[in-house]
Amino acid sequence: MGALLTRWRTWLWVLPAVALLLVFVYYPIVDNLRLSFFSWNAFSPEPRFVGLDNYAEAFADPVFWRALLNNTAYAVVSLVFQAGLSLVLAALLEELVGKRMRGLLRTLYFIPAAMSITVAGVLFSFLYNPRYGLVNAALDAVGLGHLGRAWLGEESSAIWSVIAMSQWQSIGYTAVLFVVAIQRIPREYYEAARVDGSGAVRTFFSITVPMVREMTTLIVILTISGAFLVFNEVMVMTAGGPDNSSQVLGTWLYRKAFFEDDMGYAAGVATVIFVITFAIAALQLAVSRRRRYDT
Amino acid sequence: MIALGSSMERPASHRGAARASLGVRAVAARLLGWSLLGAFAVAVLYPVLWMVLSGFKDNQEIFNQPWAPPGELRWENYARAWDLGVVRYFTNSVIVTGASILATTLISAWAAYGLCRLRLPFGNAVALLVLGGLLLSPTVALIPLFRLLTSIGLFDTHWALIVLYTAFRIPFTIFLIRAYMIELPRAVDEAATIDGATRTQVFWRVILPMCRPILVSAALLQALFAWNEFAFALVFISDEALKTLPVGLVAMQSRLLTDWPVVLAGLTMAALPTILLFLVGQRQFLRGLTEGVGK
Repeated sequence: MGALLTRWRTWLWVLPAVALLLVFVYYPIVDNLRLSFFSWNAFSPEPRFVGLDNYAEAFADPVFWRALLNNTAYAVVSLVFQAGLSLVLAALLEELVGKRMRGLLRTLYFIPAAMSITVAGVLFSFLYNPRYGLVNAALDAVGLGHLGRAWLGEESSAIWSVIAMSQWQSIGYTAVLFVVAIQRIPREYYEAARVDGSGAVRTFFSITVPMVREMTTLIVILTISGAFLVFNEVMVMTAGGPDNSSQVLGTWLYRKAFFEDDMGYAAGVATVIFVITFAIAALQLAVSRRRRYDT
Repeated sequence: MIALGSSMERPASHRGAARASLGVRAVAARLLGWSLLGAFAVAVLYPVLWMVLSGFKDNQEIFNQPWAPPGELRWENYARAWDLGVVRYFTNSVIVTGASILATTLISAWAAYGLCRLRLPFGNAVALLVLGGLLLSPTVALIPLFRLLTSIGLFDTHWALIVLYTAFRIPFTIFLIRAYMIELPRAVDEAATIDGATRTQVFWRVILPMCRPILVSAALLQALFAWNEFAFALVFISDEALKTLPVGLVAMQSRLLTDWPVVLAGLTMAALPTILLFLVGQRQFLRGLTEGVGK
């Protein structure tokens, strides 16, 4: 009996973590799923069971699909820049730049990621300003003034302008992760390639790309799930407008819940986000597990 | 490895010939690579520089000469931004960030100790619970958390943010610390136990001091997260006096619509702490990032 008690006393070490996780992380997810089957708002706090109505309403709502499409665009563009271009940058950094300069550039590239998304978002809303913003001024300066527009104020460009800002903020971050991965590749491989007379481009594709595969997988997964969870930059820069053209699932759920007071619908949208990101994350776990057993 | 061996046997003269044949094309490629790196550095840095410098301008200068440096250093913009709200948001951010750093690292270190040093009943279940916590995202939990926080009276208090920032970052931080703790030689705690130290003493006097490097990394990453977090701060704080920087800045932007220099000065002040923290603790940052991402 005493021994059993001592064994359980070790639980005190994990108890705070477990309690916080259960109450503030797990319970809300379960509760959200439950709430998505109810209709309720601030005025009728007594939830009424409506089955799958919230989902039916969402799937029939063009704004929902627009949001999902915007999230997908976010994912595709982010993949090109954060898993593609940033690897090229990292490889160039390792290949061309001397040690001291490399450290300096790496630090520079990371700076936007150390700033808050709000700072970046507000800053870019100034840069995108139709009358005084630098973007239009720059276009004017190179004779492309006719391309200038109210970047965040027009339906055709709002979401793309937000996505562009997001790339600006994140490329350096993934480039730094790739730099670390490249540095773990044994130097002999590169020496051998050089001795064989392999060009820089071929070396990149035959050595660098395959050797950082694990990091690439990870960044791909993080980027995709990040793209479906995106909320902050859209909220700060456009709040989903104009006319819902730049809504993403996150901002749409926020608007539905806290402005249109349609909590059930919003919970339904949240469940959709959950299913998408959980599937992606589970995929990552499965992949990284397999890798670990392989090696 | 076979490729490596065969290339080593090549005569040296062959190597020289291969290098010479690269010639003009190689130089052009290097030039292209350098210009890509340079262009990216400018693209990353220019907006940040513009933000800092514009914080010293007056409206006339920003609107009429957007590219020029400020005519004089108007520190009064910074003073005004500080007085117009930044001081309050800043204080709130310091409170919330500081408290959540303390709570997160401590609770995570306890749990990591429990998980990798003590034989915990149902230890695997706890590990799985923590691992699962990595897959759950804040956005999905907004609506249930809103209900939960309202019902337990934490809504619209700093506690709401402190508790949530801790709960949602515990899984990542536990894994980060655990990965480090697992590598520590067990002989050390065994020796201490033989000398009559209790588990609690072993933790505080032996394990925790040895984990200092990773605790610093964990604290830095938590600082970056908490200082910049936006969604929870937006939804769970409505009292203007309790707002943290990310949300406060957006409020300030809409309040000071036309006073760009003051808003930009505010942005600069908000960005400064995390950028400085990154510059100073770069090595610990990167260790945390790559360890955390890789495990």
